[in-house]
Amino acid sequence: MSIEPILFYIFSTILVLASVAVVTVRNPVYAALCLVLAFFTCAAVWLLLEAEFLALVLILVYVGAVMVLFLFVIMMLDINLVRSKEGFIKYLPAGGFVAILILIEMCVVLGPENFGIEITGEPLKHAADYSNTKELGVTLYTQYAYPFEIAGALLLLAIVAAITLTMRRRPDSKYQDPAEQVSVRRDDRVRIVKMAAEKKQ
Amino acid sequence: MIELLLSIWNLVPEALQTLLIIILKIVVIAVPIMLSVAYITLAERKVIGFIQVRIGPNRVGPRGLLQPIADGLKLMMKEVIIPTNANRFLFVIAPLLALAPALACWAVIPFADGWVLADIDAGLLYVLALSSLGVYGLIIAGWASNSKYAFLGSIRSAAQMVSYEIAMGFALVGVLMAAGSMNLSAIIESQSGSFLHWFWLPLFPLFLVYFIAGLAETNRAPFDVAEGESEIVAGFHVEYSGMAFALFFLAEYANMILISILTAIMFMGGWLSPFQGIPLLEDLFAFVPGIVWILAKTSFLLFLFLWFRATFPRYRYDQVMRLGWKVFIPITIVWILVIGVGVMAELGPWFD
Repeated sequence: MSIEPILFYIFSTILVLASVAVVTVRNPVYAALCLVLAFFTCAAVWLLLEAEFLALVLILVYVGAVMVLFLFVIMMLDINLVRSKEGFIKYLPAGGFVAILILIEMCVVLGPENFGIEITGEPLKHAADYSNTKELGVTLYTQYAYPFEIAGALLLLAIVAAITLTMRRRPDSKYQDPAEQVSVRRDDRVRIVKMAAEKKQ
Repeated sequence: MIELLLSIWNLVPEALQTLLIIILKIVVIAVPIMLSVAYITLAERKVIGFIQVRIGPNRVGPRGLLQPIADGLKLMMKEVIIPTNANRFLFVIAPLLALAPALACWAVIPFADGWVLADIDAGLLYVLALSSLGVYGLIIAGWASNSKYAFLGSIRSAAQMVSYEIAMGFALVGVLMAAGSMNLSAIIESQSGSFLHWFWLPLFPLFLVYFIAGLAETNRAPFDVAEGESEIVAGFHVEYSGMAFALFFLAEYANMILISILTAIMFMGGWLSPFQGIPLLEDLFAFVPGIVWILAKTSFLLFLFLWFRATFPRYRYDQVMRLGWKVFIPITIVWILVIGVGVMAELGPWFD
Protein backbone atom coordinates (compact mmCIF):
# COMPACT_ATOMS: atom_id res chain seq x y z
CA MET A 1 0.00 0.00 0.00
CA SER A 2 1.39 3.36 -0.93
CA ILE A 3 1.77 6.13 1.57
CA GLU A 4 -0.24 8.71 -0.39
CA PRO A 5 -3.74 7.63 0.74
CA ILE A 6 -2.57 7.68 4.36
CA LEU A 7 -1.21 11.19 3.95
CA PHE A 8 -4.38 12.26 2.18
CA TYR A 9 -6.60 11.01 4.97
CA ILE A 10 -4.41 12.57 7.66
CA PHE A 11 -4.40 15.95 5.94
CA SER A 12 -8.08 15.93 5.05
CA THR A 13 -9.06 14.96 8.59
CA ILE A 14 -7.05 17.88 9.94
CA LEU A 15 -8.54 20.12 7.25
CA VAL A 16 -12.13 19.22 8.12
CA LEU A 17 -11.53 19.49 11.86
CA ALA A 18 -9.80 22.84 11.49
CA SER A 19 -12.58 24.20 9.28
CA VAL A 20 -15.19 23.13 11.82
CA ALA A 21 -13.13 24.72 14.57
CA VAL A 22 -13.00 28.04 12.69
CA VAL A 23 -16.74 28.51 13.17
CA THR A 24 -17.12 26.83 16.55
CA VAL A 25 -14.25 28.05 18.77
CA ARG A 26 -15.11 31.03 20.94
CA ASN A 27 -11.85 32.91 20.90
CA PRO A 28 -11.54 34.83 17.58
CA VAL A 29 -7.74 34.56 17.64
CA TYR A 30 -8.04 30.78 17.85
CA ALA A 31 -10.55 30.89 15.01
CA ALA A 32 -8.11 32.81 12.81
CA LEU A 33 -5.31 30.38 13.68
CA CYS A 34 -7.56 27.44 12.83
CA LEU A 35 -8.18 29.05 9.46
CA VAL A 36 -4.42 29.25 8.98
CA LEU A 37 -4.19 25.55 9.79
CA ALA A 38 -6.99 24.83 7.33
CA PHE A 39 -5.19 26.73 4.56
CA PHE A 40 -1.98 24.93 5.35
CA THR A 41 -3.44 21.43 5.23
CA CYS A 42 -5.37 22.37 2.10
CA ALA A 43 -2.04 23.28 0.52
CA ALA A 44 -0.72 19.87 1.57
CA VAL A 45 -3.67 18.15 -0.14
CA TRP A 46 -2.99 20.16 -3.29
CA LEU A 47 0.64 19.07 -3.13
CA LEU A 48 -0.60 15.46 -3.25
CA LEU A 49 -2.45 16.45 -6.44
CA GLU A 50 0.92 17.56 -7.93
CA ALA A 51 -0.23 21.19 -7.93
CA GLU A 52 2.81 22.52 -6.12
CA PHE A 53 2.59 26.02 -7.54
CA LEU A 54 -0.97 26.53 -6.33
CA ALA A 55 -0.18 24.98 -2.96
CA LEU A 56 2.83 27.22 -2.34
CA VAL A 57 1.03 30.32 -3.57
CA LEU A 58 -1.89 29.51 -1.27
CA ILE A 59 0.53 29.50 1.66
CA LEU A 60 2.36 32.58 0.45
CA VAL A 61 -0.69 34.74 -0.20
CA TYR A 62 -3.32 33.57 2.24
CA VAL A 63 -1.24 32.34 5.15
CA GLY A 64 1.72 34.68 4.74
CA ALA A 65 -0.12 37.90 4.00
CA VAL A 66 -3.92 37.85 4.27
CA MET A 67 -4.22 35.98 7.55
CA VAL A 68 -1.44 38.02 9.14
CA LEU A 69 -3.48 41.15 8.49
CA PHE A 70 -6.63 39.39 9.76
CA LEU A 71 -4.86 38.46 12.98
CA PHE A 72 -3.63 42.02 13.25
CA VAL A 73 -7.14 43.39 13.14
CA ILE A 74 -8.58 40.74 15.45
CA MET A 75 -5.89 41.35 18.04
CA MET A 76 -6.35 45.11 17.91
CA LEU A 77 -10.08 44.92 18.44
CA ASP A 78 -11.11 44.19 21.96
CA ILE A 79 -13.85 41.80 20.97
CA ASN A 80 -16.55 41.39 23.56
CA LEU A 81 -17.12 37.66 23.72
CA VAL A 82 -20.31 37.86 25.77
CA ARG A 83 -22.02 40.30 23.44
CA SER A 84 -21.04 38.42 20.30
CA LYS A 85 -22.72 35.32 21.72
CA GLU A 86 -25.94 37.18 22.48
CA GLY A 87 -28.97 36.32 20.38
CA PHE A 88 -27.64 32.92 19.40
CA ILE A 89 -31.05 31.29 19.83
CA LYS A 90 -32.80 34.19 18.14
CA TYR A 91 -30.76 33.92 14.96
CA LEU A 92 -30.52 30.12 15.00
CA PRO A 93 -33.54 29.40 12.72
CA ALA A 94 -32.44 31.91 10.07
CA GLY A 95 -28.82 30.80 10.23
CA GLY A 96 -29.75 27.14 10.14
CA PHE A 97 -31.99 27.74 7.14
CA VAL A 98 -29.17 29.44 5.23
CA ALA A 99 -26.74 26.68 6.18
CA ILE A 100 -29.08 23.93 4.95
CA LEU A 101 -29.74 25.88 1.75
CA ILE A 102 -26.02 26.20 1.04
CA LEU A 103 -25.51 22.51 1.81
CA ILE A 104 -28.24 21.51 -0.69
CA GLU A 105 -26.82 23.85 -3.34
CA MET A 106 -23.34 22.44 -2.90
CA CYS A 107 -24.64 18.89 -3.11
CA VAL A 108 -26.44 19.73 -6.37
CA VAL A 109 -23.55 21.61 -7.96
CA LEU A 110 -20.56 19.62 -6.69
CA GLY A 111 -22.27 16.22 -6.56
CA PRO A 112 -20.88 13.09 -8.23
CA GLU A 113 -22.99 13.59 -11.39
CA ASN A 114 -20.90 16.69 -12.17
CA PHE A 115 -17.54 16.01 -10.57
CA GLY A 116 -17.54 12.23 -10.12
CA ILE A 117 -14.50 10.17 -11.03
CA GLU A 118 -16.28 8.88 -14.20
CA ILE A 119 -16.69 12.41 -15.49
CA THR A 120 -13.42 14.11 -14.59
CA GLY A 121 -11.34 10.97 -14.91
CA GLU A 122 -8.63 9.90 -12.52
CA PRO A 123 -5.93 12.53 -11.95
CA LEU A 124 -2.93 11.71 -14.10
CA LYS A 125 0.31 10.68 -12.50
CA HIS A 126 3.10 12.67 -14.07
CA ALA A 127 6.76 11.86 -14.39
CA ALA A 128 9.34 13.48 -12.13
CA ASP A 129 10.23 16.15 -14.71
CA TYR A 130 6.64 17.46 -14.83
CA SER A 131 6.48 21.05 -13.67
CA ASN A 132 3.11 22.30 -12.55
CA THR A 133 4.45 25.86 -12.50
CA LYS A 134 5.50 25.72 -16.13
CA GLU A 135 2.23 24.13 -17.25
CA LEU A 136 0.19 26.78 -15.47
CA GLY A 137 2.32 29.58 -16.84
CA VAL A 138 2.09 28.34 -20.41
CA THR A 139 -1.70 27.96 -20.22
CA LEU A 140 -2.22 31.29 -18.51
CA TYR A 141 -0.07 33.31 -20.88
CA THR A 142 -1.12 31.70 -24.15
CA GLN A 143 -4.61 30.24 -24.08
CA TYR A 144 -6.02 32.50 -21.38
CA ALA A 145 -3.83 35.57 -21.93
CA TYR A 146 -6.71 38.05 -22.36
CA PRO A 147 -8.88 36.86 -19.44
CA PHE A 148 -5.73 36.86 -17.32
CA GLU A 149 -4.87 40.43 -18.29
CA ILE A 150 -8.45 41.55 -17.69
CA ALA A 151 -8.44 39.96 -14.24
CA GLY A 152 -5.16 41.74 -13.50
CA ALA A 153 -6.56 45.09 -14.63
CA LEU A 154 -9.68 44.53 -12.49
CA LEU A 155 -7.55 43.81 -9.43
CA LEU A 156 -5.49 46.94 -10.03
CA LEU A 157 -8.68 48.93 -10.39
CA ALA A 158 -9.96 47.51 -7.10
CA ILE A 159 -6.71 48.47 -5.35
CA VAL A 160 -6.80 52.02 -6.67
CA ALA A 161 -10.50 52.34 -5.82
CA ALA A 162 -10.03 51.00 -2.30
CA ILE A 163 -7.20 53.44 -1.64
CA THR A 164 -8.98 56.47 -3.07
CA LEU A 165 -12.18 55.65 -1.18
CA THR A 166 -10.48 55.32 2.18
CA MET A 167 -7.77 57.94 1.84
CA ARG A 168 -8.50 61.19 3.62
CA ARG A 169 -5.95 63.90 3.96
CA ARG A 170 -6.49 65.58 7.25
CA PRO A 171 -5.30 69.18 7.34
CA ASP A 172 -3.98 68.85 10.89
CA SER A 173 -1.80 65.80 10.32
CA LYS A 174 1.90 66.45 9.87
CA TYR A 175 4.01 65.15 7.02
CA GLN A 176 7.68 65.01 6.37
CA ASP A 177 9.18 65.52 2.98
CA PRO A 178 12.46 63.57 3.01
CA ALA A 179 13.66 65.26 -0.19
CA GLU A 180 13.30 68.63 1.51
CA GLN A 181 15.00 67.31 4.64
CA VAL A 182 17.96 66.07 2.66
CA SER A 183 18.38 69.23 0.63
CA VAL A 184 18.38 71.52 3.63
CA ARG A 185 21.26 73.99 3.79
CA ARG A 186 23.01 75.42 6.76
CA ASP A 187 21.75 78.92 6.02
CA ASP A 188 18.13 77.77 6.43
CA ARG A 189 18.69 76.61 9.98
CA VAL A 190 21.46 78.69 11.49
CA ARG A 191 21.78 82.44 11.70
CA ILE A 192 25.05 83.74 13.00
CA VAL A 193 24.71 87.01 14.76
CA LYS A 194 27.71 89.25 15.07
CA MET A 195 27.67 91.59 17.96
CA ALA A 196 30.17 93.58 19.88
CA ALA A 197 31.40 92.16 23.14
CA GLU A 198 29.69 93.65 26.12
CA LYS A 199 31.47 94.92 29.17
CA LYS A 200 30.48 94.03 32.66
CA GLN A 201 28.49 96.88 34.11
CA MET B 1 31.21 -5.59 11.44
CA ILE B 2 30.26 -3.55 8.38
CA GLU B 3 28.76 -6.65 6.74
CA LEU B 4 26.67 -7.29 9.85
CA LEU B 5 25.40 -3.71 9.79
CA LEU B 6 24.66 -3.98 6.09
CA SER B 7 22.67 -7.17 6.56
CA ILE B 8 20.65 -5.54 9.34
CA TRP B 9 20.10 -2.55 7.06
CA ASN B 10 18.84 -4.80 4.26
CA LEU B 11 16.29 -6.36 6.61
CA VAL B 12 14.65 -2.95 7.09
CA PRO B 13 11.69 -2.47 4.71
CA GLU B 14 12.38 -0.19 1.77
CA ALA B 15 9.95 2.58 2.72
CA LEU B 16 11.52 2.75 6.17
CA GLN B 17 14.99 2.84 4.63
CA THR B 18 14.13 5.95 2.62
CA LEU B 19 12.63 7.54 5.72
CA LEU B 20 15.72 6.77 7.79
CA ILE B 21 18.03 8.16 5.12
CA ILE B 22 15.98 11.35 4.90
CA ILE B 23 16.03 11.75 8.67
CA LEU B 24 19.78 11.23 8.66
CA LYS B 25 20.18 13.93 5.99
CA ILE B 26 18.03 16.29 8.04
CA VAL B 27 20.26 15.69 11.06
CA VAL B 28 23.36 16.29 8.94
CA ILE B 29 21.93 19.67 7.88
CA ALA B 30 20.29 20.75 11.14
CA VAL B 31 23.09 20.02 13.59
CA PRO B 32 25.68 22.23 11.83
CA ILE B 33 23.05 24.98 11.59
CA MET B 34 22.45 24.85 15.31
CA LEU B 35 26.19 24.86 15.99
CA SER B 36 26.72 27.81 13.65
CA VAL B 37 23.89 29.67 15.36
CA ALA B 38 25.65 29.14 18.67
CA TYR B 39 28.97 30.34 17.34
CA ILE B 40 27.52 33.30 15.44
CA THR B 41 26.43 34.69 18.79
CA LEU B 42 30.05 34.49 19.88
CA ALA B 43 31.28 35.92 16.57
CA GLU B 44 28.82 38.77 16.91
CA ARG B 45 30.06 39.70 20.35
CA LYS B 46 33.68 39.37 19.29
CA VAL B 47 33.29 41.34 16.05
CA ILE B 48 31.30 44.12 17.65
CA GLY B 49 33.80 44.09 20.49
CA PHE B 50 36.73 44.61 18.14
CA ILE B 51 34.86 47.31 16.23
CA GLN B 52 34.33 49.12 19.51
CA VAL B 53 37.96 48.51 20.62
CA ARG B 54 36.99 45.97 23.27
CA ILE B 55 38.02 42.33 23.52
CA GLY B 56 34.65 40.70 23.84
CA PRO B 57 33.98 37.51 25.84
CA ASN B 58 37.27 35.83 26.69
CA ARG B 59 36.72 34.08 30.00
CA VAL B 60 34.92 30.78 29.28
CA GLY B 61 37.28 28.31 27.67
CA PRO B 62 40.31 29.22 25.55
CA ARG B 63 39.78 32.73 24.08
CA GLY B 64 36.14 32.55 25.12
CA LEU B 65 35.38 29.74 22.69
CA LEU B 66 33.08 27.93 25.11
CA GLN B 67 30.97 31.03 25.76
CA PRO B 68 28.03 29.88 23.56
CA ILE B 69 27.94 26.53 25.39
CA ALA B 70 27.85 28.33 28.72
CA ASP B 71 25.09 30.63 27.45
CA GLY B 72 23.08 27.67 26.21
CA LEU B 73 23.44 25.83 29.51
CA LYS B 74 22.42 28.94 31.42
CA LEU B 75 19.30 29.39 29.29
CA MET B 76 18.39 25.73 29.68
CA MET B 77 18.69 25.87 33.46
CA LYS B 78 16.55 28.97 33.79
CA GLU B 79 12.91 28.82 34.72
CA VAL B 80 10.38 29.42 31.94
CA ILE B 81 8.07 32.00 33.46
CA ILE B 82 4.54 32.16 32.11
CA PRO B 83 2.89 35.46 33.02
CA THR B 84 -0.48 35.44 34.74
CA ASN B 85 -3.35 35.97 32.31
CA ALA B 86 -1.14 34.93 29.44
CA ASN B 87 -2.66 32.51 27.01
CA ARG B 88 -0.68 29.43 28.07
CA PHE B 89 -1.09 27.34 24.93
CA LEU B 90 -0.23 30.09 22.46
CA PHE B 91 2.51 31.43 24.74
CA VAL B 92 4.31 28.09 24.64
CA ILE B 93 3.66 27.35 20.97
CA ALA B 94 4.81 30.76 19.65
CA PRO B 95 8.60 30.13 19.88
CA LEU B 96 8.11 26.85 18.04
CA LEU B 97 6.18 28.64 15.30
CA ALA B 98 9.08 31.06 14.94
CA LEU B 99 11.76 28.37 14.78
CA ALA B 100 10.11 25.67 12.64
CA PRO B 101 9.80 27.66 9.36
CA ALA B 102 13.35 28.98 9.79
CA LEU B 103 14.61 25.40 9.81
CA ALA B 104 12.17 23.99 7.24
CA CYS B 105 13.51 26.36 4.57
CA TRP B 106 16.85 24.56 4.66
CA ALA B 107 15.31 21.53 2.94
CA VAL B 108 15.78 23.07 -0.51
CA ILE B 109 19.15 24.77 0.01
CA PRO B 110 21.86 23.26 -2.22
CA PHE B 111 25.27 23.18 -0.51
CA ALA B 112 27.22 21.90 -3.48
CA ASP B 113 26.48 20.32 -6.84
CA GLY B 114 23.79 17.75 -6.01
CA TRP B 115 24.05 18.20 -2.23
CA VAL B 116 20.47 19.07 -1.48
CA LEU B 117 17.81 17.40 0.65
CA ALA B 118 14.83 18.11 -1.63
CA ASP B 119 15.70 19.19 -5.16
CA ILE B 120 12.22 20.51 -5.88
CA ASP B 121 11.24 22.50 -8.94
CA ALA B 122 9.61 25.37 -7.08
CA GLY B 123 12.42 25.82 -4.56
CA LEU B 124 12.40 29.60 -4.61
CA LEU B 125 8.64 29.71 -4.07
CA TYR B 126 8.97 27.21 -1.23
CA VAL B 127 11.54 29.39 0.50
CA LEU B 128 9.38 32.48 0.04
CA ALA B 129 6.24 30.69 1.32
CA LEU B 130 7.90 29.22 4.38
CA SER B 131 9.82 32.33 5.36
CA SER B 132 6.53 34.24 5.31
CA LEU B 133 5.28 31.93 8.08
CA GLY B 134 7.89 33.04 10.59
CA VAL B 135 5.89 36.16 11.38
CA TYR B 136 3.19 34.10 13.12
CA GLY B 137 5.55 33.20 15.93
CA LEU B 138 6.18 36.89 16.58
CA ILE B 139 2.56 38.00 16.41
CA ILE B 140 1.30 35.18 18.60
CA ALA B 141 4.10 35.69 21.10
CA GLY B 142 3.22 39.35 21.44
CA TRP B 143 -0.48 38.73 21.81
CA ALA B 144 -0.29 35.70 24.10
CA SER B 145 2.06 37.46 26.54
CA ASN B 146 -0.73 39.80 27.58
CA SER B 147 1.72 42.67 27.84
CA LYS B 148 1.54 46.05 26.15
CA TYR B 149 5.23 46.24 25.32
CA ALA B 150 5.24 42.78 23.82
CA PHE B 151 2.12 43.54 21.82
CA LEU B 152 3.53 46.80 20.46
CA GLY B 153 6.71 45.00 19.51
CA SER B 154 4.86 42.26 17.71
CA ILE B 155 2.71 44.74 15.81
CA ARG B 156 5.77 46.66 14.73
CA SER B 157 7.60 43.57 13.58
CA ALA B 158 4.58 42.12 11.79
CA ALA B 159 4.00 45.36 9.88
CA GLN B 160 7.67 45.53 9.01
CA MET B 161 7.90 41.92 7.87
CA VAL B 162 4.76 42.10 5.74
CA SER B 163 6.02 45.29 4.06
CA TYR B 164 9.50 44.02 3.32
CA GLU B 165 8.26 40.65 2.13
CA ILE B 166 6.82 42.36 -0.94
CA ALA B 167 10.13 43.94 -1.90
CA MET B 168 11.84 40.62 -1.22
CA GLY B 169 9.34 38.74 -3.35
CA PHE B 170 9.86 41.15 -6.24
CA ALA B 171 13.63 40.76 -5.95
CA LEU B 172 13.14 36.99 -6.20
CA VAL B 173 10.92 37.49 -9.26
CA GLY B 174 13.85 39.27 -10.90
CA VAL B 175 16.16 36.37 -10.04
CA LEU B 176 13.85 33.73 -11.45
CA MET B 177 13.33 35.77 -14.62
CA ALA B 178 17.08 36.02 -15.09
CA ALA B 179 17.68 32.35 -14.31
CA GLY B 180 14.59 31.01 -16.07
CA SER B 181 13.97 28.56 -13.23
CA MET B 182 12.79 28.42 -9.63
CA ASN B 183 15.03 25.48 -8.77
CA LEU B 184 17.88 26.79 -6.61
CA SER B 185 20.47 24.45 -8.16
CA ALA B 186 19.41 25.56 -11.65
CA ILE B 187 19.71 29.20 -10.55
CA ILE B 188 23.31 28.59 -9.54
CA GLU B 189 24.04 26.67 -12.74
CA SER B 190 22.73 29.56 -14.85
CA GLN B 191 25.31 31.87 -13.23
CA SER B 192 28.34 29.79 -14.21
CA GLY B 193 31.01 31.34 -16.40
CA SER B 194 32.98 33.77 -14.31
CA PHE B 195 32.24 35.97 -11.34
CA LEU B 196 31.03 38.59 -13.81
CA HIS B 197 28.31 36.13 -14.86
CA TRP B 198 26.93 36.02 -11.32
CA PHE B 199 23.66 37.83 -10.93
CA TRP B 200 25.01 40.51 -8.60
CA LEU B 201 26.06 42.46 -11.66
CA PRO B 202 22.94 42.47 -13.91
CA LEU B 203 20.66 42.43 -10.86
CA PHE B 204 22.65 44.83 -8.71
CA PRO B 205 19.69 46.91 -7.41
CA LEU B 206 17.78 43.71 -6.60
CA PHE B 207 20.85 42.35 -4.83
CA LEU B 208 20.96 45.39 -2.56
CA VAL B 209 17.20 45.41 -2.05
CA TYR B 210 17.14 41.70 -1.23
CA PHE B 211 19.93 41.90 1.30
CA ILE B 212 18.61 45.02 3.02
CA ALA B 213 15.07 43.61 3.04
CA GLY B 214 16.62 40.48 4.54
CA LEU B 215 18.06 42.61 7.33
CA ALA B 216 14.59 44.01 7.92
CA GLU B 217 12.94 40.57 7.72
CA THR B 218 15.18 39.20 10.43
CA ASN B 219 14.58 42.30 12.57
CA ARG B 220 18.28 43.00 12.74
CA ALA B 221 19.90 46.36 13.34
CA PRO B 222 19.43 48.96 11.88
CA PHE B 223 15.86 47.71 11.42
CA ASP B 224 15.40 46.28 14.90
CA VAL B 225 12.51 48.56 15.78
CA ALA B 226 10.63 45.43 16.87
CA GLU B 227 13.03 45.09 19.77
CA GLY B 228 13.93 48.73 20.24
CA GLU B 229 15.19 48.34 23.79
CA SER B 230 15.13 52.07 24.42
CA GLU B 231 11.49 52.37 23.33
CA ILE B 232 9.62 49.16 24.04
CA VAL B 233 12.05 47.26 26.31
CA ALA B 234 12.66 44.22 24.07
CA GLY B 235 9.61 43.89 21.89
CA PHE B 236 7.70 40.71 21.41
CA HIS B 237 9.86 38.52 23.63
CA VAL B 238 9.80 40.71 26.73
CA GLU B 239 7.90 38.12 28.75
CA TYR B 240 9.91 35.11 27.63
CA SER B 241 12.67 33.55 29.68
CA GLY B 242 14.84 30.47 29.65
CA MET B 243 14.54 28.05 26.77
CA ALA B 244 11.43 29.70 25.32
CA PHE B 245 13.47 32.86 24.83
CA ALA B 246 16.37 30.84 23.47
CA LEU B 247 14.12 29.44 20.73
CA PHE B 248 13.36 32.97 19.48
CA PHE B 249 17.06 33.65 19.53
CA LEU B 250 17.78 30.49 17.56
CA ALA B 251 15.09 31.40 15.03
CA GLU B 252 16.51 34.89 14.50
CA TYR B 253 20.03 33.64 13.92
CA ALA B 254 18.91 30.68 11.78
CA ASN B 255 17.02 33.19 9.64
CA MET B 256 20.14 35.34 9.37
CA ILE B 257 22.14 32.39 8.06
CA LEU B 258 19.28 31.51 5.72
CA ILE B 259 19.12 35.02 4.22
CA SER B 260 22.90 35.03 3.81
CA ILE B 261 23.06 31.67 2.08
CA LEU B 262 20.10 32.59 -0.16
CA THR B 263 21.83 35.81 -1.18
CA ALA B 264 24.96 33.79 -1.87
CA ILE B 265 22.97 31.33 -3.98
CA MET B 266 20.95 33.84 -5.95
CA PHE B 267 23.39 36.69 -6.49
CA MET B 268 26.87 35.40 -5.78
CA GLY B 269 26.98 32.15 -7.66
CA GLY B 270 26.44 29.70 -4.79
CA TRP B 271 29.02 26.95 -4.89
CA LEU B 272 30.71 28.31 -8.04
CA SER B 273 34.34 29.28 -7.68
CA PRO B 274 35.03 33.01 -7.99
CA PHE B 275 38.09 32.18 -10.09
CA GLN B 276 36.09 30.39 -12.75
CA GLY B 277 37.16 31.49 -16.24
CA ILE B 278 40.40 33.14 -15.04
CA PRO B 279 43.18 31.12 -16.75
CA LEU B 280 45.79 30.46 -14.05
CA LEU B 281 43.79 30.88 -10.85
CA GLU B 282 41.03 28.53 -11.97
CA ASP B 283 43.38 25.54 -12.11
CA LEU B 284 45.12 26.63 -8.94
CA PHE B 285 41.88 26.60 -6.96
CA ALA B 286 40.21 23.70 -8.79
CA PHE B 287 40.74 21.38 -5.81
CA VAL B 288 38.56 23.48 -3.49
CA PRO B 289 35.14 21.79 -3.16
CA GLY B 290 32.03 23.84 -3.92
CA ILE B 291 30.76 23.77 -0.33
CA VAL B 292 33.78 25.79 0.78
CA TRP B 293 32.93 28.57 -1.65
CA ILE B 294 29.28 28.74 -0.69
CA LEU B 295 30.12 28.73 3.02
CA ALA B 296 32.77 31.41 2.50
CA LYS B 297 30.28 33.63 0.70
CA THR B 298 27.68 33.01 3.40
CA SER B 299 30.16 33.84 6.13
CA PHE B 300 31.09 37.09 4.41
CA LEU B 301 27.42 38.11 4.21
CA LEU B 302 26.92 37.13 7.85
CA PHE B 303 29.85 39.34 8.74
CA LEU B 304 28.05 42.18 6.96
CA PHE B 305 25.07 41.61 9.30
CA LEU B 306 27.34 42.11 12.30
CA TRP B 307 29.18 45.03 10.74
CA PHE B 308 25.90 46.84 10.00
CA ARG B 309 24.78 46.33 13.55
CA ALA B 310 27.90 47.95 14.91
CA THR B 311 27.83 50.80 12.40
CA PHE B 312 24.33 52.11 11.80
CA PRO B 313 21.98 53.74 14.27
CA ARG B 314 18.45 52.40 14.41
CA TYR B 315 16.01 53.60 11.76
CA ARG B 316 13.04 55.61 12.89
CA TYR B 317 9.83 53.63 12.51
CA ASP B 318 8.16 55.79 9.85
CA GLN B 319 11.39 55.85 7.86
CA VAL B 320 11.53 52.06 7.92
CA MET B 321 8.07 51.98 6.37
CA ARG B 322 8.95 54.68 3.85
CA LEU B 323 12.06 52.80 2.75
CA GLY B 324 10.12 49.58 2.27
CA TRP B 325 7.12 50.93 0.42
CA LYS B 326 8.31 54.05 -1.36
CA VAL B 327 11.89 53.20 -2.23
CA PHE B 328 12.38 49.44 -2.48
CA ILE B 329 9.16 48.42 -4.20
CA PRO B 330 9.49 51.00 -7.01
CA ILE B 331 13.15 50.07 -7.52
CA THR B 332 12.34 46.38 -7.81
CA ILE B 333 9.42 46.96 -10.20
CA VAL B 334 11.52 49.15 -12.47
CA TRP B 335 14.39 46.67 -12.45
CA ILE B 336 12.06 43.77 -13.26
CA LEU B 337 11.08 45.68 -16.41
CA VAL B 338 14.77 46.21 -17.20
CA ILE B 339 15.45 42.48 -16.78
CA GLY B 340 12.45 41.70 -18.97
CA VAL B 341 13.94 43.83 -21.75
CA GLY B 342 17.35 42.24 -21.18
CA VAL B 343 15.95 38.71 -21.36
CA MET B 344 13.95 39.55 -24.50
CA ALA B 345 17.03 41.09 -26.14
CA GLU B 346 19.15 38.11 -24.95
CA LEU B 347 21.64 40.55 -23.54
CA GLY B 348 24.98 38.82 -23.08
CA PRO B 349 26.74 37.41 -21.20
CA TRP B 350 23.94 36.84 -18.68
CA PHE B 351 20.74 36.23 -20.59
CA ASP B 352 21.90 34.44 -23.73
